[in-house]
Amino acid sequence: MSAIAVSPGAPRTGWRQLLGFNMLTGVIFGIAGWFIGYGAIGKHIHGAGVAYYSTEAGQNDIAIMLGYVLGVVGFLIGLGFGNYPFKRLLGHPPSLAEHEAEEEGLFRYFTLSTDHKVVAKQYMLGIGFFFAVGGLNAMLIRTELIQPNVHVFGANQYLTLVGMHGSMMMGMMTSGILGPFANWLVPLMIGTRRMAFPRIEAFTFWLLMAGGVILITTIFFGGFQTGWTGYQPLGAQGTAGYDAYIGFFACVGLSMTLFGFNLVVTIITMRAPGMTWSRLPIFVWGTLSTAVLMLLAAPMLIAALLMGAMDRTVQTALYIPGAGGSSYLFQNLFWFFGHPEVYILALPGFGIVLELVPVFARKPLWGYRLAVAGMLGVGFLSFFVWQHHLFVSGMNADLRPFYMLSTELISLPTGFVFLCVMGTLWRGRIRFTVPMLFCLAWVFNFLWGGISGVFNSDVPSDVTTHGSFFVMAHFHYTVMGGLVFAFFAGIYYWVPKMYGFKLNETLGKVHFWVMFIAFNSTFAPLFALGFEGMPRRVVTYAQNFQPLNEWVSISAYVLGLSMLVFLFNVVWSLVFKREPAAVNPWHSKSIEWQLPTPVPLHDFDRIPVFDADPYPYGVEPAPAGAPVVAPAGGSA
Amino acid sequence: MDDKPHFRNVALLWLLSCVIMVPIVVFVIGPGLPPGNGSVQASGQVTDNTVLLAVATPVALGVLVYMAYALWAFRERTPEVVLDGPPIRGNASVQFWWLVVTTVLVLFLAGYGSVRLLADGSGGGQGPNPIAVPSPPKGTSVLPVQVIAQQWEFTYRFPTYGGVQTRDIELPANTLIRFNVTSLDVIHSFWAYELGVKADANPGVNNVAYVTTKGPLTFHVRCAELCGVWHGYMFNTGTVVPRAQFAAWITQQRVQYAPATKNLPPYSRTYFPPPLRRGG
Repeated sequence: MSAIAVSPGAPRTGWRQLLGFNMLTGVIFGIAGWFIGYGAIGKHIHGAGVAYYSTEAGQNDIAIMLGYVLGVVGFLIGLGFGNYPFKRLLGHPPSLAEHEAEEEGLFRYFTLSTDHKVVAKQYMLGIGFFFAVGGLNAMLIRTELIQPNVHVFGANQYLTLVGMHGSMMMGMMTSGILGPFANWLVPLMIGTRRMAFPRIEAFTFWLLMAGGVILITTIFFGGFQTGWTGYQPLGAQGTAGYDAYIGFFACVGLSMTLFGFNLVVTIITMRAPGMTWSRLPIFVWGTLSTAVLMLLAAPMLIAALLMGAMDRTVQTALYIPGAGGSSYLFQNLFWFFGHPEVYILALPGFGIVLELVPVFARKPLWGYRLAVAGMLGVGFLSFFVWQHHLFVSGMNADLRPFYMLSTELISLPTGFVFLCVMGTLWRGRIRFTVPMLFCLAWVFNFLWGGISGVFNSDVPSDVTTHGSFFVMAHFHYTVMGGLVFAFFAGIYYWVPKMYGFKLNETLGKVHFWVMFIAFNSTFAPLFALGFEGMPRRVVTYAQNFQPLNEWVSISAYVLGLSMLVFLFNVVWSLVFKREPAAVNPWHSKSIEWQLPTPVPLHDFDRIPVFDADPYPYGVEPAPAGAPVVAPAGGSA
Repeated sequence: MDDKPHFRNVALLWLLSCVIMVPIVVFVIGPGLPPGNGSVQASGQVTDNTVLLAVATPVALGVLVYMAYALWAFRERTPEVVLDGPPIRGNASVQFWWLVVTTVLVLFLAGYGSVRLLADGSGGGQGPNPIAVPSPPKGTSVLPVQVIAQQWEFTYRFPTYGGVQTRDIELPANTLIRFNVTSLDVIHSFWAYELGVKADANPGVNNVAYVTTKGPLTFHVRCAELCGVWHGYMFNTGTVVPRAQFAAWITQQRVQYAPATKNLPPYSRTYFPPPLRRGG
C-alpha cells in the first residue's frame, strides 16, 4: 500500500489515493505485463522444437504462459509488493512506516494492507466473488443437464463449465474459511497483534485473486476439457485454455503453500504467555492441522503442473506415454496433493463447528484432546490414501488392500470429531441460533458424506461407484455440506464482531432452511443416479435418468436462490435495518468477544495473559476461568 | 441437571430403530443395490454393498437418534436467560469404547473388502499383473477380449479368433472373460455397468479385469474417465448370448472384417500410435 511507498508523511486523501500503489495500478501493471510477456517476448521465441502434439495454428503456449507470469508479476508490483525489496536493493533504509491501516475508509481494502483484519475482509470479499462465479457455473451445468441431449451449451462449453466450477471451488475455496476467518481470528485467539509474516499474508491473498482471474481467462482461449483434475496426457493435447488452468493452479498452489507456512509459524511462535497447547482454541487447532497440510501438499501440485507446462511449452514428454512418459505420474502427483486438498477444505469446517457448538450448548468442549487428536489424525492419514482415486486405474494390484485400510482408518479420527460434537451437546442448554443451525446441518451432511465415503473406499463397491455421480454426491456432501455450511456458520457468528452489525436472525433462518433442504434435495438423488450408472462429466445421458436429473436441476436452482436470500440478508441488515452489534451477542467466553467492536487497529493494548482455555462454561462465578484480558479501550 | 435416564432412553431408541431398519436394509434395499446380478462379480458387489450398508445403518442411526434426542431433550427452555450447562469436559470410558467399537468396525470392513476383492477381483482393473484370477466355470476356458479405447469409441479385439477387431461386443454366457483394457491416446475407463466391470484404459498399459458372465443380457458400456470433448458420447451396448450364438457371431465377424484384419497391426498388449493432432 501507499504507506510503504510514501514513508511517514500524511496519508493521501480523496482522489489522490489513486496516485499511490493500489489495485488500480496493479491491474494496469498486470495488463502491461501480459502484453510484454505475450506479445513482445512470447511471440518471438516460439517455433523451436518438435511438438508431440502438433499445435493448432495460432496456438502459442509459450507466449500465453509468459503472458500469465509477467501479468501476475506486474499486478503484484503494481500493488506495491516491489517497494520494500527494491528500496533495500537500492540501499535505502527499510521503511518503518508500516502503520498498516492509517488510511481509513473503504479504500484500504483495495490496497496492499498488512493488517490481518483488513486482509481477512479482503479475503471475504474476494472469496465471496469467486464462490459466486463457481456457483453460477454450477447453475449453468445443471441447466444443461435438465435434458439428456445437448440443448444449451456445446460439449466443449459444457466441459469448460465443469472444469471451471471444479477448479474454482477446489482452488479458491481452500482459503474459503482460512482466508477470512483464520486471518482474522488466529492472531486474536492466540493473543498477538499480527501474523508472523504480514507481507506474505497480503501476498497470498493478491496472488490468489490473480489466479482466479487467470482461470476466468480460459474462456478466451477455447476453455479446457479436463475438469479440475486436469489429467494427462489429455491436458497435453488440450487447447490453449489449459494454460489458464495451469496458471490458475500454480498461483493457488503457491498461495496455499505460503499461507500454510505463515499460519504454522504464527501459531507455533506467536502465542501469548499462558496460551499453552492445551488451551489453544479448537478452531486454531483446526487451522494448524489444515496449515500443515497446505504446506506439505501444495508444493506437489506446483511440481505436477510445472511438468505439465513443460510438456506443453518446451516439448518435454514427462506425461506422454508414447514418448517415454507416464500417464500415471500425473495422477499420482496430483492426488498426492489432491487428497490432502479435500481435507484442507474439510478441516477448517471441523474447527468452526467444534468452536461454535460449545457456545450454543453452553458447555465446555467435550473431549478437547480427542478433538485435537481427531483433526491431527485426519491430517496425518490424508497423506497415505491418495491411491484410492486409482483403484481401477491399473495401479499395483497388491497395494489396493492397504489403501482400502488406510482410507477407512480416516473414519476413526473423523469419528472423534463427531463424538466431541455429540458429547458437547449432552445435557447442554442448546440454543438454536442461526450459526448453531448451520453447525447441526454440518453434522447431518457430513454424516452422509462419511457413510458414502465408506462405499468409495471399499474396492469391490468402488468398481461401480468410481467415476460415477455417486462420487460426485459424496464429495459435495463432504465439501459443500461440510465446508460451505461451516463457512456460513462462521459468517453468521463472527460478522457482528468483524463488521459491527448483526445479520437479521429471521432472514438467516429462512436462508438456512431453504439452503439445507435444497442442498439435500439436490445431492441425495445423485447417489441414486450414480448407483444406476450415470458417469460424471457427461453432457448427454441415458433417457431414463431424465426425471431425477430434472429434480436435481430444479433443486439446484433453489439452492442458488438460497444464496440470494443470504445476499438480501446482508444488504437488508447492512443498509436498511442496521442494528449495531452488541459487544458479545452470543455470550461467548472466547477472547475475541471480550474485545471492543470494532476491534482496535492493534488489537490489544497489552498482550493478554491466558490462564485457561476459552470454554469455561458452567463454572460459577462466571468469568473464573476466562482469559485475563486487557482489551484496548477497555469497553468490554 | 435433571436426573432423567437420558442414556438409557437414547440406547433404547437406537436399538428400536436398528431392529426396524437393519432388516429393511438387508432384505428390502439390499437386493436392489447396484450393479445387479448380471455376472458373478456383479452379484459379489451387490453382496458387498449390502454388507456395507448393513454395517453403516446402525452407525448412522446412532448419530441421528442421538442428535434428535439431544436437540429435543437438552434444548434451552428459557431462551431469554443465558444459563450454562454443566461443565462436563469428557468421559474416559465413553471415549475408550467409542474408539474400540469404531476400530473394530473399520478393521472388519477393510478385512471383509480385501477378502472379497482377492477372491475374484470384483470386476475391477488390476493392472498388467492381476493377483485375483477367478477360475473359469467347469469345462470352459478363459476368453481373452482386448478393449481398445480411443477418442471417442471402444473397439474390441479377440486374439483367440485371429485377432479380429469388432465395433460391437458379444460375449458367451457362463464364461470367464479376461478384458485386456488399453488405450491409444488419453486415459479412458471401460465401464460395463451390468457386468460390474470397470478398468481404466491407459495408453501403453495393459489393464486386466476378469468377469464371469451368467445368463444372456444386454449391458451398457460407458467411458467413465473424462477423455476430451466427446466424452459424453463414448458409449455403446453389448450383449451376453448363449455360447453357440457367440460362436456363430464371432465367425461371422471374422469373415466380415477379414479385409480389415489384414491391415491391422499384429495383436499386442499395447499399441503406440503416432501422436494425435491437438485441439480436441
